[in-house]
Amino acid sequence: MSTPLLRVRDLTVAAHGDPIVRGISFDVEDGQCLGIVGESGSGKSLTVLSATGLLEAPGLTIGGSSVLTDTTGATEIIGASRATLRGVHGPRVGFVFQDPGTSLNPLLDLERQLTEGPETHLGMTRRAARRHALELLEAVGIPDPEQRLRAFPHQLSGGQRQRVMIAIALACSPSLLVADEPTTALDVTTQAQILDLVRGMQDERGMAVVWISHDLGVVGQVADDVTVLLDGTAVEQRPVQEIFASPRADYTRTLLAARPTLGDPRPAPAADAEPVLRVADLDVSFAVRTRTGTRRIRAVRNVGFTVPRGHTLGIVGESGSGKSTIANVLTGQVRADAGTVRLHDADLLATRGADRRDLRRRVAMVFQDPFAALNPRATVERSVSEPLRVHGLATGPERTRRVADLLGQVELPADFAARYPHELSGGQRQRVCIARALACEPDVLILDESTASLDVSIQARVVDLLLRLQEELGLTYVFIAHDLAVVEQISHEVLVMRRGETVEQGPARAVLSDPSHPYTRELLAAIPPAEPRVRSSAP
Amino acid sequence: MTAPAPTTPDATPRWRRVRDHPATRFLVVRGLLHTAIVLLGVITVTFSLMLLVPGDPVRIALGTRYTQESYDALRAASGLDRPLLEQYLDYVLGAVRGDLGVSFRNGEPVTHVLLDRLPATASLALAGVLVGLLVAVPAGVYAALRNGRLADAVVRITSQVGVSVPDFWMGLLLITLFSATLGWLPSSGYVPFGEDPVEWARRLALPAVTVGLVAGSIMTRFVRAAVLDAIAAGWVRTARSKGLGRRVVLLRHILRNAVVPIVTIVGIQMATLLGGVIVVEVVFAWPGLGRLVYDSVTARDYPVIQGAVLLIAVLFLLINLLVDVIHTLVDPRIRNR
Amino acid sequence: MTSTRPSTRPSALRLLLRNRVSLLGCLILAAVVLAAVVGPWLSPYDPNATDVGNALRAPGAEHWLGTDQLGRDVLSRIVAASQVSLRVAVVSVSIALVLGVGIGLLAGYARGAADAVLMRLVDVMFAFPVLLLALAIVAVLGPGLNSAIIAIGVVYTPIFARVARASTLSVREEPFVKASLTMGTGHAYVLRHHVLPNISGPVIVQTSLSLAFAILSEAALSFLGLGVQPPQPSWGRMLFEAQGFVGQAWWMSVFPGAAIFVTTLAFNLVGDGLREVLDPARRTALAAQGGRS
Repeated sequence: MSTPLLRVRDLTVAAHGDPIVRGISFDVEDGQCLGIVGESGSGKSLTVLSATGLLEAPGLTIGGSSVLTDTTGATEIIGASRATLRGVHGPRVGFVFQDPGTSLNPLLDLERQLTEGPETHLGMTRRAARRHALELLEAVGIPDPEQRLRAFPHQLSGGQRQRVMIAIALACSPSLLVADEPTTALDVTTQAQILDLVRGMQDERGMAVVWISHDLGVVGQVADDVTVLLDGTAVEQRPVQEIFASPRADYTRTLLAARPTLGDPRPAPAADAEPVLRVADLDVSFAVRTRTGTRRIRAVRNVGFTVPRGHTLGIVGESGSGKSTIANVLTGQVRADAGTVRLHDADLLATRGADRRDLRRRVAMVFQDPFAALNPRATVERSVSEPLRVHGLATGPERTRRVADLLGQVELPADFAARYPHELSGGQRQRVCIARALACEPDVLILDESTASLDVSIQARVVDLLLRLQEELGLTYVFIAHDLAVVEQISHEVLVMRRGETVEQGPARAVLSDPSHPYTRELLAAIPPAEPRVRSSAP
Repeated sequence: MTAPAPTTPDATPRWRRVRDHPATRFLVVRGLLHTAIVLLGVITVTFSLMLLVPGDPVRIALGTRYTQESYDALRAASGLDRPLLEQYLDYVLGAVRGDLGVSFRNGEPVTHVLLDRLPATASLALAGVLVGLLVAVPAGVYAALRNGRLADAVVRITSQVGVSVPDFWMGLLLITLFSATLGWLPSSGYVPFGEDPVEWARRLALPAVTVGLVAGSIMTRFVRAAVLDAIAAGWVRTARSKGLGRRVVLLRHILRNAVVPIVTIVGIQMATLLGGVIVVEVVFAWPGLGRLVYDSVTARDYPVIQGAVLLIAVLFLLINLLVDVIHTLVDPRIRNR
Repeated sequence: MTSTRPSTRPSALRLLLRNRVSLLGCLILAAVVLAAVVGPWLSPYDPNATDVGNALRAPGAEHWLGTDQLGRDVLSRIVAASQVSLRVAVVSVSIALVLGVGIGLLAGYARGAADAVLMRLVDVMFAFPVLLLALAIVAVLGPGLNSAIIAIGVVYTPIFARVARASTLSVREEPFVKASLTMGTGHAYVLRHHVLPNISGPVIVQTSLSLAFAILSEAALSFLGLGVQPPQPSWGRMLFEAQGFVGQAWWMSVFPGAAIFVTTLAFNLVGDGLREVLDPARRTALAAQGGRS
C-alpha cells in the first residue's frame, strides 16, 4: 500500500490546558472518502480542522503529526508556518463549511469570491479566472452562471450558496476536500442534491474527501471508511459496511440503534376517541416589506385537520412550508385571516378575555431550541412553576411539591429545581421545557421541532419520554418536524405541507409507506437509507 | 430572493448603477422622509427653548439696558408680541428658509452670526476627526489583530485613559507645556485659512490635537470591536481556507466588512465635534459655534442659542444621511434586498 | 454530555474583581466615595478659608497640593468638591436611568406605533450634542446645581432609552418570552420576570459608563460657570480659575483635572469590566479560563 494522502498520528488538541481531542490517528487514502461521525462535543470538527491546519484560536495547543502527501510532495501540517499553510489551503486542501449563510462574504459578488483563489495559487489572469469561475458554477449546477457571477450571496438560496461554496473549495483542484457538516443546515431534499453533487465531483476528479457529520445516515451515503468519535477519542475505525453490519464499540451500537429510521410505524390507537382539536379552512398571511412597498405572503392556505384525544398528528414539511405558522396560530402568537380552531367546543380564535387565557393554558408548546426556551436568569423551579403561578393552579408548599412531581414525570431528580439552565445539558433542558408545558395541565401539546436540535442518542430518549407521557396522561400531540423518520415514530396521522398548502394527509402508515403525492415520495426518497451505499468503484 | 437585473458587462460606473437602482431611490426617499420628521421635532424643541425661560426673555436679555422703548422694539423685531401659534409657524417657515431671527445683543441676523462662526468650528471638527482617525484606525485594527495579547491590553487601557481625560484639562496641560513652557505654538486665537494657511495650521494644532485624541480614543474602541466582529465571521475562515495572502484577507475580507460600523462612529464623532467642543473652544479662545453658544448663554441671547442649537442638530442629521448613503454604497444587502 | 456538575458559576462581582483592571477601577471608586463621605472631617483646612498671605504656594509639607490665588488649600477643596460631583452624577444618572429605561422598555415591548413615536422623540433628542443640549437647558433654567442635575439627567435619557429598547427588542424575540406568552402569562409578569432581568446587563454597563460621562459633563458645566456656584468648590470651577495661572501655578490645574480624570477612568474601567462579566457568552468563557486576564 502506498503512502496515504493524509496520515494523522496521535493528534491532540487542548483549550487552555483542557484536552478536547485526546490522541486520534487516521489515514485518508487517495480518492477515498473518510466519514468522521460524532455527537456535539465529540471534537470531530476540531480534529479535522487542526489536522488540516485551519484551526487558529488563542489558547489552543495542538500536538501530534499530520502529513499531507500528494503530487506536490509531503508536508507536515502540525506546527507548519503560515506561509506553508497558505500553499496547502486551496490548491491541496479545499473546505466546505456548515452554514452557507455566513461562509460567503456578503459584500463581494460571486465572481470575486470564486476568482481570488485561482488568481493567487494558479497564477491566472482576471479573464482566465473568470472563465474558470464560469466553468465551476456550471459544474456545481448553478443555472445561468454568466448572470450569477455578478450576484451577491444574499440573492441565492441556501442550497445554491452551498453549491457556490463547493465551487470555491474545488476552484484550485485540491487533492483533499474537507466537508464540515455541509448539509446540516439544509432541507432534506437539498441535502440529497448536495450529497449527489459531492459524490459526482469526487468520482470525476478522483479526489479524497473527509466528511464530518453527526448523522450516520449521511455518512453511510458518502464514506468508504468511518471513524466514530466520542469525547475526543476514536472508539471505532472501520470500513462503512462493517460499521453498519457489525458495530464493535458499544457507542457505535448506541448511535445506530438511536438513529430514527423509516419503516417502523406506530400501531394505530383506539379509533373511537373524541376529537380534541379541530382546525378547519385555516388561512394565514404575512405582510412582507419589499423594495416597492408591502406585499402579503400567504403562509398557510386552506389547511384543516382533526386530532382525537390521545393521538398524535405529525405535520411535515421543509423550511417555508408553513408548518411552524400553524403552531403559532394554535398558541395565539399569530392571527389567522380565516378559518376556525376549536378546542373541544371552544373557539380558540374568537374567545377573548379570561377565557382566552385559560384556553392558552390548555394548548401548551415545547420549542425547538431548549437553550433559548428557558429564561437564563430563572431557576428550573421558577420556570416550571410559572404556569402554576400565573394561572393560580398551586400555591405555597403545594407548588413546590407539584414542581418536584413534574420533574419526576420527565425523569429529572427533584434537586434540579434549584439549578439554572446553563447548568443543564441540552436533553435535560428539553425535559424541563416539557415539564413546564405539563404544568399547564394542557389538553394539547404542540411540539415544534422539539427534538430537532438534540443529538440522536438524546433525541431517542426524549421521543421515548414523549411516548410514555402520552400513554400515561392521555395527552394529545401535534408534532411538527422536518424529519420524517422521527415523525413516523411518534405520529398516528400525518399531514404533509409544501408552500403553505396541504399536499397529503392521512394515517401515518399509509402516507409514509404508500404515499400518493409525488412530493411526499420525493421527501421520502431524499432521506438517507438505513443501509450504507455500496460503492461500485471499489479500489 | 430576486435575481439581479440582467446586465451585460457594461461600462456604467458603479455609482451610477447604484444611484439608478430602484432600491436606492426608495431608501433615500425613506431616509429623507425620516430626517424631515426628526427635523420638525428638532425645530419644535429649539422653538420651545424660549418658551421655557422663566420670566420674560426679552426683559432678562436687556438687563440693565432696559427701557420701555428698547423693550418694545426688541419684542416686535423678534415677533414675540404675536400669538403663539403664529410665532411657531413663523419660526418653522423661517427656519426652513434660513431666517432665524435677530440677535438680542446687537440686532444682527442670527444666520449671519452663525455662518460667521462656522468655518472655525468646521476647521476644528475636520482636523479633530482627522487626528482621531490617524490614531484610531491603526491602533484599533492592530489591537483587534493582537486580540487578548499585550499590545491589545495596552491599546485598550490607553484608549480608556483617553476617553476619561476631560478635554479642557488636556487643553490646559497642552497649553502649559507647548505654549507657556516651550513656547512652540500659540495658545489661542484663529486665523482664517484664506488669510494665512501656515498661521491657520499653527493655531489649529493644539485644539485639534486636544479634541482629536479624545475622539480618537473613542473611535479606537469602536474600530477594535468592529474588526473583531469581522474577524470572527465565517467568510474570513473561508478566505483563509482559500490560502489567500494575509493582506488580501485583511483588506478584502476583514476591513471591508468593518467599514460600515466604522463609518457610523466617524459620523457620530464628526457631529459631536461640530457641536460639542464648547469647552475646548473656550479654553483656546477659538471663535467657533461652541464659543458663540457659551457667550450667548452668558448674555442670555436666546435667538442665537436657538439658532446655534438648531444649526448643529441639522448638521448632525445631514451627517447621518450621508452615513446612510455610504452604507448603501458599501453593502449590497441594503441596495437590493 | 448527559451529566452535569453542580453549580460552578461564580458571581458577577467575583469575576469582576478577578480582573486586575476592573479591580483597580473598583478600588479607585471606593477611595473616591470614602473621600467624599469622610473627607470633610479629615481634610486639614476649611475648603473656603482664604489666606491671601499664603496664596499660590507650591505643594509642600503644609499644603500637600499647594494653594490657589486666594490661599485656599487645593487638597481640601478637591475633597470637598468630590462630594458635589458624585452627587450630581448619581442623581442625574438615576433620572436618566428611570426615564430612559421606562421609555425603552415600553417602546421595545409594545413595538408598532408606540415604538415609532417614542423613538422619533428619542431621535430628536439625539440630534443635539450632549453638552450643547445641557448648556441650552441651563440657559433656560438658569445656572446652578439643580439645573446641572436636570440638564445632565435629560441629555443622558435617550442613551438609556436606546440601550433598553435594543435589549428589549431582542429579548422579546427570545423563545422563552414566547413560551411564557403562549402559556397565557400576562404582559406585566413577562416584563417583570423575563424582560427586565435579561436587559439588566446592558443597562448596568450603560449606568457605569454614563456616570463617567456625567462626571465629565458636570465638570464642563462648572468650568463654564454654569454648574455648581461659588463658594461651593467644584473641580470644573477650580480648573476655570487655574486658567489665569497656567504659567505660575501648575498645581492649580493639574490636581483638580487629575481628580476628574481618575474618577471618570474608574467608572469607565468598571463599566468595561461589567460589560465583559455580564455578557453571558463572555462570562462562560471567563469562568472557564479561571479569570485569567
